[in-house]
Amino acid sequence: MPTFPYLKLDHIDKSFTRGTTETEVLKDITLGIEKGEYVSIIGHSGCGKSTLLNLVAGLLPVSAGCVLLENKEVNEPGPDRAVVFQNHSLLPWLTVYANVKIAVDKVFGGTKSRQERHDWIMHNLDLVQMAHAKDKRPAEISGGMKQRVGLARALAMEPKVLLLDEPFGALDALTRAHLQDSVMAIHQKLGNTVLMITHDVDEAVLLSDRIVMMTNGPAARIGEILDVPLQRPRKRLALAGDAIYLKCRQRVLEFLYERHHFVEAA
Amino acid sequence: MNMPVLKTETAVSFPTTPAKVLAIAPRKTPVATRALARAKAVAVNVVPPVVVLAIGLLVWELLCRKAGATLPPPSKVLNDTWELIVDPFFDRGGLDKGLFWHMSASLQRVALGYALASIVGVLLGTLVGQSTWAMRGLDPIFQVLRTVPPLAWLPLSLAAFRNGQPSAIFVIFITAIWPVIINTAVGIRNIPQDYRNVAKVLRLNQLEFFYKIMVPAAAPYIFTGLRIGIGLSWLAIVAAEMLIGGVGIGFFIWDAWNSSHISEIILALIYVGLVGFILDRIVAAAATIVTRGTAAN
Repeated sequence: MPTFPYLKLDHIDKSFTRGTTETEVLKDITLGIEKGEYVSIIGHSGCGKSTLLNLVAGLLPVSAGCVLLENKEVNEPGPDRAVVFQNHSLLPWLTVYANVKIAVDKVFGGTKSRQERHDWIMHNLDLVQMAHAKDKRPAEISGGMKQRVGLARALAMEPKVLLLDEPFGALDALTRAHLQDSVMAIHQKLGNTVLMITHDVDEAVLLSDRIVMMTNGPAARIGEILDVPLQRPRKRLALAGDAIYLKCRQRVLEFLYERHHFVEAA
Repeated sequence: MNMPVLKTETAVSFPTTPAKVLAIAPRKTPVATRALARAKAVAVNVVPPVVVLAIGLLVWELLCRKAGATLPPPSKVLNDTWELIVDPFFDRGGLDKGLFWHMSASLQRVALGYALASIVGVLLGTLVGQSTWAMRGLDPIFQVLRTVPPLAWLPLSLAAFRNGQPSAIFVIFITAIWPVIINTAVGIRNIPQDYRNVAKVLRLNQLEFFYKIMVPAAAPYIFTGLRIGIGLSWLAIVAAEMLIGGVGIGFFIWDAWNSSHISEIILALIYVGLVGFILDRIVAAAATIVTRGTAAN
């Protein structure tokens, strides 16, 4: 019986051409992700990790290789690979409810009745604890709340893979911790397959089953893949002194700051 | 021993009665102060223009009251045009109608020409904003055509339509369309990549993308164009009507000039100014309502 990973990145190269100069961003990226797995990609800024996420999302075309989802090639964007963008990307003229509704109507317009779709929207807003603000506009809620709504919009598409592009990057530390806990709880409950981009070592160790560490660009590769053998559900406070946690954290830090320390000024 | 008893009694009886007084009292004062503050704010905006207007009228009166003055003073304007002011609705057939009818004929032409310009302008602007090739092909032509003065189009449109009414409407259309096209195109080009990515992930089709993302995202720009457009249309209508004749405020002014009714011209100018101001306010108000929440992110 041939086994294949749920999501497979198969020998992906990516280069950008501008005029006559060609810049190689990613080189020979091969990675398999199992169903229900939470995988983080970590690396210094400019190493191409966001580009990699955009390739999986289909927002950018690959230069070579392919992305396989359930052993089928995907090369254009779709709701089966919902993205939570770094800066939330909510539509400012729509309410919180309408922002989720636009996704639900598009994905389930043909299969769910109006009432079912309403219930589904409210269910997802409840999941991220934002049902109370359903009639507010994005400008009226905080950054963390916007990110929650962005997450609800992505979850509401019932994606096969949830792609998180530095979802907590623009938030303050307390809000970030709170939102990380929410994401962990949702992942625990729904068993989503998640691919997350981050530059935060603690975040990567706390949330992930595996951490993919990228070397510096140009032509960035996967430097090392670290398993995080911590039991779930994970508790932030209990893990602070946990030996496995600290060891994992140490490994990532060593990779980022000793072996592949950032050479250019950011 | 007596003192504490008294105290408790008063303490018990007090809260019920004065509570009512207290509840009403704080409500009263803010209303009064708020009304006063609002009256002040209104006065700040109203008093200066009224004063300037009064001084202007006074100077005008003094300048034009002398014998041999070419223009009538305001008192004579009021006297001459009193009939037109009090009865704007008379209709003695032909072109001898009240100012209301002239105004409404002009407004109808503007409404038609402007509505067409808005629809076509937004669509063409979207095309130019969305497609690089359309921009390369059309933008230089638009940049040249938009500098053609509105009235220069009139002889050509008269030749094409052979009728005054559609020609006037065409002149309004061609006057108002350029700012709508250009602003819409800029608005479309400035749609953040994030919104486009959201649309791609959702697989919105072209039509859904147009009315769910593009139009709302570009609305502030589109309304800037629409507001410039309404001003230009109103500028052009008077000149166009002077040339095509028929019922309309432009022709009314030209007719008054031919009959040397200078006071009537002045009255018409005041009306044209006021209506132009109101049109601008209407589009501005529509913009505030429609683009609510769009600007802030």
